[in-house]
Amino acid sequence: MKIEVAGENSLILYFGDTTAPEISAQVQQASQKLTTVLGDYIIDQVTSYASLLLIFDPLAIDQLTVRKIIHDSLNSDESNAIDSNENTTSSRQSIVELPVYYSEESGPELSLISKNSGLSIDEIINLHQSLTYRVYAIGFAPGFAFLGQVDERIASPRLSTPRLKVPRGAVGIADRQTAIYPDVSPGGWNLIGLCPSRMFDPDSTPHMPVSVGDEVRFKGISKDEFLDLGGEIGDYR
Amino acid sequence: MNSSSNSIQTGFKVIQPGILSLLQDAGRFGKHNIGLTNGGPLDKLSYNWANRLLNNDVNACVIEASIGGLVLESLVDTQIAVTGGDAELSINNQTVASWQTHSIKSGDKIAFGFAQNATRHYFAVKGGFQVEPMFGSCATVAREKLGGLNGSALQAGDYLPCSSVSQAEVTHQSKVSLSDRPNYLGEMILRVVLGYQEAAFSDLEKARFFNSKFTISDKCDRMGFRLTGPEIKTDLKSMLSEGICFGAIQIPADGQPIILLNDRQTIGGYPKIGSILSLDIPKLTQRLPGSVIHFEAISMNDAQQQLHLAHYRYQNTQTTIIKD
Repeated sequence: MKIEVAGENSLILYFGDTTAPEISAQVQQASQKLTTVLGDYIIDQVTSYASLLLIFDPLAIDQLTVRKIIHDSLNSDESNAIDSNENTTSSRQSIVELPVYYSEESGPELSLISKNSGLSIDEIINLHQSLTYRVYAIGFAPGFAFLGQVDERIASPRLSTPRLKVPRGAVGIADRQTAIYPDVSPGGWNLIGLCPSRMFDPDSTPHMPVSVGDEVRFKGISKDEFLDLGGEIGDYR
Repeated sequence: MNSSSNSIQTGFKVIQPGILSLLQDAGRFGKHNIGLTNGGPLDKLSYNWANRLLNNDVNACVIEASIGGLVLESLVDTQIAVTGGDAELSINNQTVASWQTHSIKSGDKIAFGFAQNATRHYFAVKGGFQVEPMFGSCATVAREKLGGLNGSALQAGDYLPCSSVSQAEVTHQSKVSLSDRPNYLGEMILRVVLGYQEAAFSDLEKARFFNSKFTISDKCDRMGFRLTGPEIKTDLKSMLSEGICFGAIQIPADGQPIILLNDRQTIGGYPKIGSILSLDIPKLTQRLPGSVIHFEAISMNDAQQQLHLAHYRYQNTQTTIIKD
């Protein structure tokens, strides 16, 4: 683990520089520990693929003390040994299944991915459902969860011209990441289907069906099931 | 909203929203885990003074009026204060001073002209505007459809509830002395805490960054201010997305810095050379495109000391009572 300055009241902790479940688990574990030991000194945290941004109250605690607390709580070998065992089997992460209506109607880039990969559309749909994904980060927009990693055969670069309008629930692929757009927004991901589940709801608790560190599986559904679950086929522009 | 139609409405009515007027409190914190940004005032010091003049809570909800053009009608007797930018302020077509409190009667019309140099104005009412917080804050972030009245900028006809303060309850008016007000004009030096990917910028590139002048471009909003200047290069080809703190200086492939502000995305994958000292952010956000910027390095320890000193000075600066 390496600590760098981010800003006047922020330190960023790096646990590696690749996308891997073990590294993501370390980030989560560090976040939970520091939440406990630093408590109200923390203003906010951002957990991402391999890093943890820690924002503290600079009028209440100084950076040297924060660094010492980080070292003391994360670098003690005994606690690491015990916790890493606990965390790989983790009691806290859960598996969330999300329904997706895959079709050319709801997934305008299915044909593009098919053309580029040589796979049939059914093969692409099956490959997307074949893996369990990890939630590596949440950001970009409220409730936007970055999931990884998709099968290399269906990995696809972002569109050269992003869409002005992606409908709520659109399921996309960018490189080896996949995600669901929680709301209508511009976006450049390759769209392959629509999910009827609300990914961000200010009025319900929890606000999101997933958290960083959770595992997600996708399950294909028919158009009728999609509509029954409250899904709507929005605008693609 | 907690104002039912059959109760007496006390508050303000928006006659004209102006260029961009947003309800803001100090910001929305502790919600980065679900992707929510901070929002909050672009000029925190002026925001603080507006509430301080009225003895409001430090987190009270005010209007941030950018550039100007905001016109309000009061439906209540109360006291107000306006701080920040330099747009002319009038009450019932009479020009009045900013940086001080004024008594307002029901039916009064308050109008902002347009800013010449300093662009962000803070309009506070006694007790703050009473709107329902979302995720713990009334800060408006239009991109997230959160805060304010319905997640968007003020519109003509909007009703902004606040409590009534009778004239008898107003004991005095107060102002911030001229010498205690921030000066937004003149040379703009923004102090930078080096950090994040600074090691991926060579000494030559850092020297270029700290010894060149940059200009505020016209691509500026509450997410970030894009600057133009000499191209700053980095050897870094790609990186994983990571958390972005307030004031972070992102250097995309074109080498033109972007200073990320209140409504920034919480994560991103462009290299960052460091972050601007928060005390210097209002110098930036008050200014118009074309304004010239220089950067100066400051260590994290010195930055923390500056924050303590600024806090001490602010706490120990008194407002001046104006005799009626």
